Amino acid sequence: MIKPQKDLDPSIETCTTDLSDPVFLSDLRLQMLKFAVLQLSDVSLAEDAVQEALVGALKNTGSFGRRAAFKTWVFAILKHKITDIFRQRKKLVYNSELSPNDDDDFGDQLFGAAGRWEKDARPVKWSNPLESVKTDHFWKVFDACLNNLPETQARIFMMREFLELDSSEICETQDITTSNLHVILYRSRLRLRKCLETNWFLEGDKL
Amino acid sequence: MMNCSQATRLLSEAQERELPLKNRAVLKIHVLMCSSCRNFAHQMDTLRQLARAYSKGHKE
Repeated sequence: MIKPQKDLDPSIETCTTDLSDPVFLSDLRLQMLKFAVLQLSDVSLAEDAVQEALVGALKNTGSFGRRAAFKTWVFAILKHKITDIFRQRKKLVYNSELSPNDDDDFGDQLFGAAGRWEKDARPVKWSNPLESVKTDHFWKVFDACLNNLPETQARIFMMREFLELDSSEICETQDITTSNLHVILYRSRLRLRKCLETNWFLEGDKL
Repeated sequence: MMNCSQATRLLSEAQERELPLKNRAVLKIHVLMCSSCRNFAHQMDTLRQLARAYSKGHKE
């Protein structure tokens, strides 16, 4: 029996840092399982995917002081596992899921023909950005912005910025070229900065 | 002339590796003249600091 998911927002559990707490882990496992079963419609496949994702993620617990961050990371790995399973199922022939020529045309919307910022896309100055970290509300916005990234962008961004892996480590484990990596990180940063600016820094300035 | 699309690409890439000297010079000139890309440049550093604060836990 799978427990109903109480809360989709991972930023609720903000301050506790003990990631090996069995209650936290078993709750997390159930949430992951529910997610995986929904996606895969196959309980035993879902259980395997969750198991592998958890074991993989727990190797990196040292990089995390916040449960919400760890949870975001573990779900990113799980989504990757599920994508893998889909791909095997459909026997799709892709060169790589990570080809930068995926369908993310977000960057094209930001720049005009001459490669200049479109008027309403121009980055504005963020006032006191590092003051924001003191509020829980900011971290909820940050969480939501991360979760809105396309799956691959989210995972690679987290490998770079949460796990602090260098380019060569990421390229090796993800089997991508350095230039693919640069494109993926660039796109994730374009999206994240836009999301934070729209939902926090502009909002905040209006208050 | 470097445009904003190229400049922001390099500003992101600079978070991964030191840019070649010739890129750095042209980029510097662009950023001096373009306030949007200057804001973007600051935000690249901020984004890294925020991501680290997020993963490490901001309450400690």
